[in-house]
Amino acid sequence: MRIETRKLLDKSFSGAGWISVFLMVAALAIILLPIAWRGAGAFVFRATVEHRRMMLELFGVGDPAEVSAETAAAAEARRPIYDMLARFRAELSAMPVADRRRMAGRLAQLENALRDLLGPLPGDPIPVLPRQRYGQTRWDRALKKLETVLFRETWDYSDPTRMGRKVMVPRAEDFKGTSLEPFFADVKMRVADMLRPKLAFYWRFLTDESRDSHFFGGIWPEMLGTIYLTIGAAMFAVPMGIISAVYLTEYAGDDRLTGALRTFIGALAGVPSIVFGLFGLAFFINTMKVSQSKSVLAGSLTLALLILPTIIRASEEAIRAVPAAYKEAALSLGAGKGRTIITVVLPAAMPGILTGIIISMGRAAGETAPIIFTAAVSVGDPLSLLETLSQPTPALPWNVYNMCTEHQKLDELRHVQFGMVLVLVMVVLALNVAAIWLRARISRKLKG
Amino acid sequence: MGSSISLLGMECRGCAQELPAEIRPRISARDFSVYYGSIAAVKRVAFDMPDGLITAIIGPSGCGKSTFLRSINRMNDLIPRCSVSGSLTFDGHEIYGPDIDVIALRQRIGMVFQKPNPFPKSIFDNVAYGPRLQGVRDRSKLAEIVERSLARAALWDEVKDRLHDNALGLSGGQQQRLCIARSLAVEPDVLLMDEPTSALDPRATAKIEELMLELRGTYTIVIVTHNMQQAARVSDLTAFLYEGELIEFDRTGTLFSRPKCKKTEDYITGRFG
Repeated sequence: MRIETRKLLDKSFSGAGWISVFLMVAALAIILLPIAWRGAGAFVFRATVEHRRMMLELFGVGDPAEVSAETAAAAEARRPIYDMLARFRAELSAMPVADRRRMAGRLAQLENALRDLLGPLPGDPIPVLPRQRYGQTRWDRALKKLETVLFRETWDYSDPTRMGRKVMVPRAEDFKGTSLEPFFADVKMRVADMLRPKLAFYWRFLTDESRDSHFFGGIWPEMLGTIYLTIGAAMFAVPMGIISAVYLTEYAGDDRLTGALRTFIGALAGVPSIVFGLFGLAFFINTMKVSQSKSVLAGSLTLALLILPTIIRASEEAIRAVPAAYKEAALSLGAGKGRTIITVVLPAAMPGILTGIIISMGRAAGETAPIIFTAAVSVGDPLSLLETLSQPTPALPWNVYNMCTEHQKLDELRHVQFGMVLVLVMVVLALNVAAIWLRARISRKLKG
Repeated sequence: MGSSISLLGMECRGCAQELPAEIRPRISARDFSVYYGSIAAVKRVAFDMPDGLITAIIGPSGCGKSTFLRSINRMNDLIPRCSVSGSLTFDGHEIYGPDIDVIALRQRIGMVFQKPNPFPKSIFDNVAYGPRLQGVRDRSKLAEIVERSLARAALWDEVKDRLHDNALGLSGGQQQRLCIARSLAVEPDVLLMDEPTSALDPRATAKIEELMLELRGTYTIVIVTHNMQQAARVSDLTAFLYEGELIEFDRTGTLFSRPKCKKTEDYITGRFG
């Protein structure tokens, strides 16, 4: 081959390498940046006075004097609005019947939109659901709700040849000629005074319990559930995994049975996780009856089965990589086989074993399918350690899925969902970084 | 020692010699063979390794000298399909006898390997490994054993200020002396050395050889070496193995100056090997 051709081939090869690395990084950025950006919205946002009032009343956070002063100021800003409504109600009773009925319907719609934005109107009974007790707590949501106060959504079917078209009709037109006509411009002008947005850093999103199925508060039950499940899975899988790996590398012969065993373990790693979930339900809950119904215990056992093959594989490889010289040295000093494994082989294999463990913990933290039938519920209180034996728990991956498939008001709660996704991604990322760090640290220690 | 050495059971074909028996043999091989599967790596060798002396085993690569050495403390047990026949005794006990305690045997017959193989632990923990196995837990007693062993391996002065540093940070020669110290800490009677200097530079080699001469008398040393000068420098007796067979066994001086077999002469003069 000519030297130019070889150089060209070399260059194009490394060029292809660079391009694929670049594409991978770009794909990662495309996935992660929106998650980070939108997830950050759960922690840092412009919070209204309603948020501060809610935090004080539901979570006892904030300065009561300050909040009540602010609430009073907001109420002051809202009063002209409510007065206008009251005036219009009086006007309504003087209208001819046909007009009155039409206007009353429009007024009811308007009032509902206003309740969404600002909370209960004066004279309303105190609602049962916390979500109805407060106006919009987030400024970004408040601006969306303001639209529904100012505009009415309707469908235009005037052209029979085309599909219906959504039109936003200004409510000011609906109330043309009434005393409510200037109301809308007024609301728009005063909305900032009525809600008083301020930048808030809501770090307690991580540690607050959720109220009224994620409308308010944070994701602590989900976090705790994920932590329990991950640590529980590791507790079962790590000892079993390491012992199996030691048996396979040090004690099992090279016969057919061991070969078959290895193949099965490899196959186990390829089983879809939903199958593990169903197996967990059928075996741990229905057959073994480890708990009455779903529980953290059953979920941990199922996840343990899922990560067991990975841990066995990683440990096996790490143990095989221990230089035979260490083993010989220990044996020549009069150590038995078991002592050699415990005092020399396992410590030397530790970096590899730990990496395997931590990476599989990351996998366990993020798995959804295995816990659907065995451990997860959509809403729940944080569990005590003892309760994990019998109680189900919310968990990050499951609740992300559950919110977007089943939550009635997902549109209002996007920020919670993205917050959960961000936290989950961070947990898995942190576990992987910890694996890399730990590996580097221990290898350095072993190398001296 | 001169004429006071016994070469019991010398079976060099045509080269047998008799010497008066005065020094006690520690390890004796009689008609001893080692097989890997059906292939004999060591064929019916017979010679004695006397108490307190240094016995060198020389021969070209693949002649079975390492295999023989490793069968003395049964390190060959690790190799599947490895079997032995004949008799190999340590203080009169059959090493491959049915009632032998392999762990106790290895505690009395220490081994130093071709490549320095300290554990990836601290210097202290390396030397204390053997005593700890035997149940010594007392910190001050361990410290005493560690100091004594390192001193005997001529390493104490170099490492006394960094006993808790990782042993892999030492130089190759230091690592090998550490391995010797680690073996000595178990208080063995015999030290087997499998080409202990082949991975070391000449200065480190000289140090190890010096150390071997210091240990002579206290320990029975059996050394396998590629290096004929080394055998000539340190050993009292030399066995020459070729293709698994013992060709000649004699006092080192005699073997190197007046070899009785043609093969031995060819090997030590560098005609093959």
